[in-house]
Amino acid sequence: MNRQPIVDHIPALRRYARALTGDTWAADDLVQDTLERACSKWRLWTVGSNLRAWLFTVMHNLFANQMRSATRQASSSTVDIEEVAHELAAPDAPPDQAMDLQRCLLRLPPDQRAVLLLVSVEDMSYADVAKITGVPIGTVMSRLSRGRSRLQALLDAPAQAATQPSATGTPVSHLHRLK
Amino acid sequence: MSLSNNTMDSNTSLPLTEDQIHALVDGQLAANELAALQAHLAQDPDARARVLKWQQQRDALRGLHQHVLDEPVPSQLRSAASQTAASQQELDQWWRWGGMAAGVMLAFGVGWFSHTAWQGDLAFRSPAVLAKARAERDFVRQAGVAHAVYSPEIRHPVEVTAAEQEHLVQWLSKRVGKPLKVPNLASLGYALMGGRLLPGEAGARAQFMFQNTAGTRITLYLGALDSVPGGANSRETGFHFATDGPIPSFYWIDQGFCYALAGPVPRDALMKLAEAVYRQL
Repeated sequence: MNRQPIVDHIPALRRYARALTGDTWAADDLVQDTLERACSKWRLWTVGSNLRAWLFTVMHNLFANQMRSATRQASSSTVDIEEVAHELAAPDAPPDQAMDLQRCLLRLPPDQRAVLLLVSVEDMSYADVAKITGVPIGTVMSRLSRGRSRLQALLDAPAQAATQPSATGTPVSHLHRLK
Repeated sequence: MSLSNNTMDSNTSLPLTEDQIHALVDGQLAANELAALQAHLAQDPDARARVLKWQQQRDALRGLHQHVLDEPVPSQLRSAASQTAASQQELDQWWRWGGMAAGVMLAFGVGWFSHTAWQGDLAFRSPAVLAKARAERDFVRQAGVAHAVYSPEIRHPVEVTAAEQEHLVQWLSKRVGKPLKVPNLASLGYALMGGRLLPGEAGARAQFMFQNTAGTRITLYLGALDSVPGGANSRETGFHFATDGPIPSFYWIDQGFCYALAGPVPRDALMKLAEAVYRQL
């Protein structure tokens, strides 16, 4: 009967979507889609169960679908740290830590990004994250581990490269493998 | 998370596993596991360095879009949430009312006051009668939807508030083409909040909203019933209890005008309110 809980979850959904997409508008679109989806799927939610986890599940599925269709369109594969390290070497503006962190986050495979954010930022239990992302808990742990290591490597990369200015000469076109 | 299977090995000389380090950083260890791991950590500088590194990363991520939490929720998201809330409310209603099947046309509450066109065998109904039935059903559903959409509104539940009651009544009377009267439900604990104009299939409809001190809102939805080939005089029915809309309602037809009183309240309470409305109109 109480409608308040749903509204209460919006700020956290917005924050998660913001970090997931790295884009203010895309994030709010994702939240809007999530709420609309939740509206049409209410009967799938069990009364008394964890509303927050359920809303994040709805959002996760929407995001995963978006990622799948984006991947299909771009036909690009995931990018290795080694390949992108040079791109991070020479920021045009003085490096803004938050922007840098967001940029590096977006370089993580979406699966790892989602797990990393759900655990680190949303304080979800590993078990809840497993349910939300629909994978076994072992997979959650390996995604978390790989996500953390990869993010750290990406964050550390500019500092290393800054000491080697010649690295910036590498063409950016290496970023995308064409198939 | 319990990591007992792989963490609580009695051999404390084993290096910490990757999972243990994450669970430590994320605060997802049981108290006894935590104590054991911390003791272990004291002897493992490499693991300590990793814990520290992941903690810093975790803090950085938590700080990244922290400000979003303090931003006001955009109105379009707020209204999307109200609609979701409305359908949640609908779901709750279904549970409360015993899980009556959706889509069953006017399943219950036949003939409270008088005999109606609804009673009898559907197979012998003429197409005109069936068209009327459909119009009634649509009307009741629209009443339920209007209730579900507007009653959760926090800022704008009504277009014109009760403070301008005279204007409200004149305006809505003019638009729905019939002199209206707002029923007084104070004796049943409900005060008028105001009303709004809504589109119907054959013209304007009006919605009056009432609220009690507990914050429960009921709405009276009314308008000329569409497709009334038999003429206004033939259109009178007794009370019906409808549960196929988002919100249970009592509705009746009087002189070609249909009224639906909807609200998330028990059936007997809604019945009393409907009677009070009916007597005053």
